[in-house]
Amino acid sequence: MSVLHGFPALLQAADPNMPPVSGMWFYIFTIAKIMIIFGIYMVGVAMLTLAERKISAWIQDRHGPNRVGKGWLQPAADGLKNLMKEETMPAGANKPLFVLAPILSFIPALTTWCVIPFGAPWPTRWGRIDMVVADLPVGYLFILAISSLGVYGIVLAGWSSNNKYALLGGLRSSAQMISYEISMGLSTIPILLLAGNVSLNSIINQQAWGGWNVVNLTVAFFIFMVSAFAETNRLPFDLPEAESELVAGYHTEYSAMKFSLFFIAEYANMVTASALMATLFFGGWDVPFTARDNIGPYSKWLSLLSIGIFLAKILFFVFVFMWIRWTLPRFRYDQLMSLGWKFMLPLALVYIVLIAAVMLGLSAAGIPEGLWQTAILGSINLGVIILLFAILDRGRIISPAYGRMHPREIERLRLLDRQLEKRHPIVTEAGK
Amino acid sequence: MEPHYSLVYVFLFYLFGVIALASALTFVTRKSPVAAALWLVNTMFSLAALYVMLDAQFVGVMQVLVYAGAIMVVFLFVVMLLNLGHPSELAAARGTGWKLAAGLIGLGLLSEIMVIARTKLPEQLIVPRDFNEQQLQKLNVVGMIAEPLFKDYLLAFELTSVLLLVAITGAVVLGRGRAAGAR
Repeated sequence: MSVLHGFPALLQAADPNMPPVSGMWFYIFTIAKIMIIFGIYMVGVAMLTLAERKISAWIQDRHGPNRVGKGWLQPAADGLKNLMKEETMPAGANKPLFVLAPILSFIPALTTWCVIPFGAPWPTRWGRIDMVVADLPVGYLFILAISSLGVYGIVLAGWSSNNKYALLGGLRSSAQMISYEISMGLSTIPILLLAGNVSLNSIINQQAWGGWNVVNLTVAFFIFMVSAFAETNRLPFDLPEAESELVAGYHTEYSAMKFSLFFIAEYANMVTASALMATLFFGGWDVPFTARDNIGPYSKWLSLLSIGIFLAKILFFVFVFMWIRWTLPRFRYDQLMSLGWKFMLPLALVYIVLIAAVMLGLSAAGIPEGLWQTAILGSINLGVIILLFAILDRGRIISPAYGRMHPREIERLRLLDRQLEKRHPIVTEAGK
Repeated sequence: MEPHYSLVYVFLFYLFGVIALASALTFVTRKSPVAAALWLVNTMFSLAALYVMLDAQFVGVMQVLVYAGAIMVVFLFVVMLLNLGHPSELAAARGTGWKLAAGLIGLGLLSEIMVIARTKLPEQLIVPRDFNEQQLQKLNVVGMIAEPLFKDYLLAFELTSVLLLVAITGAVVLGRGRAAGAR
C-alpha cells in the first residue's frame, strides 16, 4: 500500500515540465474532448446495431443484413426510417412523461462517460491533456449514482403509456434494477479496498502496479458482470421487455424515433458497462509491461496506443454481451429474483469480508503490492470459484434459465398459495 | 455573504437554489403521486449540486445514489404497483386544518433558518479557507467523511446503525403481524 500512497507524488515529480493545460486552453480542449467522445460514441452505437445483427446471423448461421450498401449502411437506413415514421401518442398517455421517458433512459448512459478515463495523458505545447472529460475525485461513485438513474426512463415509459403490458414491464425493471444495483455496488467494494481510493485513475494505476483485478478479485468480476447484464436489460435478464409475455414490455406503445431512442439507450448502456468492466477489472487504458504511460515522459503514440487498447477491451466485452444474448434463454422471474437476493447479495457481502481479511493478513505479513500479492489473491479466488461452481452449485443454490423449479420450492409455493387463499379469498373486481 | 466568491459560483448557487425551491413547491402542490415523486427527485438533484458546490462531493453523490436512485425508485414502484392516486382517494387526503398546520410548521422552520443564518458561527465550526482542499489531498474524498465518522463520532455512528436496524426489524414485524393477524 505504501507504494500506492506515494504514487501521485511520483506522477507529478516524474514530469515536472508538463503541467495540465490551464486557462482558456482547458475549456477549448474540454469542449473538443466532449465533442469527439460524443461523435465517436454515437457512431459507434449505431454501428453496434449492425454488429449485433451480423453476430446474431453468424451465430445462427445466416447472412444478416446484406442489402443497403452491402449491409454497412443498414444503421443509416434504420435511422432514416425511424425519423420518417409516424409518431404515435396513445390515448390516455401522460404526454410530458411519455416524451421525457426515452430521453431519461438515454442521458445517464452518456453522462457516465465524462468520468471514464480512456487513455494515457497526451502531451501538447500548452501542457498535458488528461484523457478524461472530468477527473472527479468521486469518480466511481459518480458512475454508480448516475447509472442508478437509468431505471427512471424505463419505469416512466411503462407508467405513462397507459398500457398494462408496458406497466408490467416498468414494474419488473424497477424491481430488477434495484435488486442488481445492490450486488453491483457491493461487488466493487473490494476494488475500492485494493485501490484505496474511489477515483477511476487510481483504480487503473493500482492495476498497473498490482495486476489486473480480474485475477485479484475474480469473484467480484463475475458478480459485476452478471449485474451489468441485469442492469442493461440484456438477455438473459430482459424481463422488462420479454416479448413472449409482455408484447414488447415498457416500449410497447412507442414508435418512430422515440422507440429508436430506447434501443440507442440499450446499446449505449452496453458500451458503458463494457467500459466499466474494462476499467475496473482489466486494467483500463493501461499499456501492459510498461510504466511510461503512467508516469511519463508521455508521448502521443503511447496515448494513441492506450486508447486503442481501451477500445479493444470495450469491443471485446460488447461482443461478450452479444454472444450471451444469442446463446442463453431468458430467466424466469423467480429465478431472476432469487439469483439476485439469495445468491449474489450474500456472496458479495461474504466476499467483501474475505478480501478485507486477506488484505489485513497481507499487510500484517508485510507483503507489498506486486506479484506475490496477486498470486495469493488469485489462488484464494480460485479456491472460492471451485467451491462455488463445483461443490456448492450443481443446481442447489441457483437454477439455470432452462432449469425446472426444485420440487421442494414448488411445494413451498403451493403451500403459501393455499394459505394466502384461505386468508384473503381472491374476489374479482367484476364480481363486486 | 463573503465578497470573494466568483460570479459563476454565485450564479450556480442561485440557479440550483431556485430550482430546488421551485421543485419542492411543485412537489407539495401536485395531485398526482408520480408527478410529485419526480419533482422531489428534481429537488434532490439540486441539493446534490449544492453539496458539490460546498466541496462535499461525497455527500452530493450519495444524495443522488441513495435518494434519487434508490429510495425514489422504490416509491415509484409502490405507487405504480398499487395504482395509487385516484382522484377519489386524493380528495379526502388533505383537509384544510392539516394544510394550515403544515404551512405554520413550515413558516416556523423558515424563521428558525433565518435566525440561524443571521447569528455568528461558533469559533470551532469555522475552518480555514483551503481546509477542504488540504483534506482532499491528504485523505481523498471518502477518507474525508470516513475519518471523523469512524474515529471521532464512532459511538454516534454505531448507535445510529442500531437505530436503523431496529427500524428495519420493526417494519418487518409490523408487516408480518398484519398478514398473520388479519382474520
